[in-house]
Amino acid sequence: MSNTESNKEYWRWTESRYTNPDMNWEDGEIVSAGVDVGSVSTQTVVMVDGKIYCYSSMRTGSNSPDSANNAMDWALEGTDLTIDKIQFVVGTGYGRVNVPFAGRAITEIACHGRGANFIYGPEIRTVLDMGGQDCKAIRVDNRGKVTAFLMNDKCAAGTGRGMEVFADLLQVHINDVGEMSLKVEEEPEPVSSTCVVFAKSEAVGLLRKGWGKEKVLAAYCSAMAHRVVTLLMRLGIEEKFAITGGIAKNIGVVKRIEDELKIKAPKPNIDPQLAGAIGAALFGKALVEKQRKKS
Amino acid sequence: MITAGIDAGSKNTKAVILKDDKFLSAALVLSGFDQEKSAEEALNSALQKSKTNRKDIKHITVTGAGMEAISFANDTITTITANGRGAHFIFPSARTVIDIGAEEGRVLRIDGQGKVKDFGINEKCAAGAGAFIEAMSRALEVDINTMGELSLKSKRKIPMNAQCTIFAESEVVSLIHQKTSKEDIIKAVHDAIADRNTSMVRQIGIEKDVALIGGVAKNIGFVDSMNNNLGFDLLVPKDPISPEYVTALGAALVARDKVGG
Repeated sequence: MSNTESNKEYWRWTESRYTNPDMNWEDGEIVSAGVDVGSVSTQTVVMVDGKIYCYSSMRTGSNSPDSANNAMDWALEGTDLTIDKIQFVVGTGYGRVNVPFAGRAITEIACHGRGANFIYGPEIRTVLDMGGQDCKAIRVDNRGKVTAFLMNDKCAAGTGRGMEVFADLLQVHINDVGEMSLKVEEEPEPVSSTCVVFAKSEAVGLLRKGWGKEKVLAAYCSAMAHRVVTLLMRLGIEEKFAITGGIAKNIGVVKRIEDELKIKAPKPNIDPQLAGAIGAALFGKALVEKQRKKS
Repeated sequence: MITAGIDAGSKNTKAVILKDDKFLSAALVLSGFDQEKSAEEALNSALQKSKTNRKDIKHITVTGAGMEAISFANDTITTITANGRGAHFIFPSARTVIDIGAEEGRVLRIDGQGKVKDFGINEKCAAGAGAFIEAMSRALEVDINTMGELSLKSKRKIPMNAQCTIFAESEVVSLIHQKTSKEDIIKAVHDAIADRNTSMVRQIGIEKDVALIGGVAKNIGFVDSMNNNLGFDLLVPKDPISPEYVTALGAALVARDKVGG
């Protein structure tokens, strides 16, 4: 893994890339890729016969085609695989129509359902995807096929972007927010404002009152947890339940969601922010198989 | 007889001094953390402007989000009541009043005496409030006071997809990257917040004339977007009573009622 980091911008979560050292892409039959161009982050996952060969996860720039290109280039960096050897690329996410080399665009809801099935196993029935600028509650069957969903993409409350704003305000690195928010002896009252703009003013007031950063973060994490739990409740939860997206890495939010639902979410072995791109790559593989059957 | 009204808003605290029915002076200070202190400062500054003595004030009525913090006041009234009273004083023909402050948007229907008949408030979301324009002025690095004029120079209508203030900030940044002119972006910002407020007004129902008050009413670009949306011109207070003082004025009028005259 390689990391890039900045000292002053606390919201900057760590970008990463990875190659599976035990795999040789040439040994496989189907090489497929998924590119998830989100509003905040872009991921590329390359799979060989449905197994992760390499991936990248980076911030989305202001221009979607560039983001898709950059994430693909970075994923392939250091490997001897080139894009022309990838048999099918599926684009997904907010900028999915702007993936220049994709053969197909598939909605991120379908991809997250499929990706959660891959990461957490076929017993998963409810997926909460907490992304950069939206939050989705998705019900899936044992193959990861979407049966119902609800989403909030109108408001930053309950999204990664909202958390970035708080990381910046409190000058706590976004990667540390979850851990830090759990360092409170007693759980404070959640931040009462829904709107992130107002929640910011509320937090400033709490700091002035003498609250520590840990306590303010705890109050915000539990407000965020409560917000997404209401979305889940409206959809209805069937176990097992799992969380994908960047916020799935924030244990402060995850633990509070678990506490409120009284349901445990399994710990991922694979970066849950990759779920959309993994789902897309798996759809890519299925599309290659379909083409082969036809010919 | 001298009375005073104070509007302790979420961003600014305003004070208005009346002599009987005559407007004497007004002042504004940032609300800050200590709202009582800010109210004191706003009041003293208004008194100085009209060379009035504090001891001559017969009654002080406060209103606004922070009204409970102001212990030297004689009494409090709701913001809605103060909105209606102040707007009616300036525009007796107004039957609908739109008040857009830093963190709240309100619409009220009033009768011929300025009494409130019905109202609606948005206090949950910054998207329709002054905080939205403020956040965009930061993202654009444009002085908020120049935004109105700049947007009137725009000849193009571009849509803003984001409703949420936080998302709109990112959208504005990507519009800058796409080399969209600042004038066009600012117009899009005004159109977006006007759309939010127009739908709130329509929910309560429009009865003419319609007055627009609150700090955001000073933004001529926003007023223009509202006028375009509604298809008629809103009444906007002019000097010496600028739109952000109307609610404090309403409180001062209620104070005058309390002590007779």
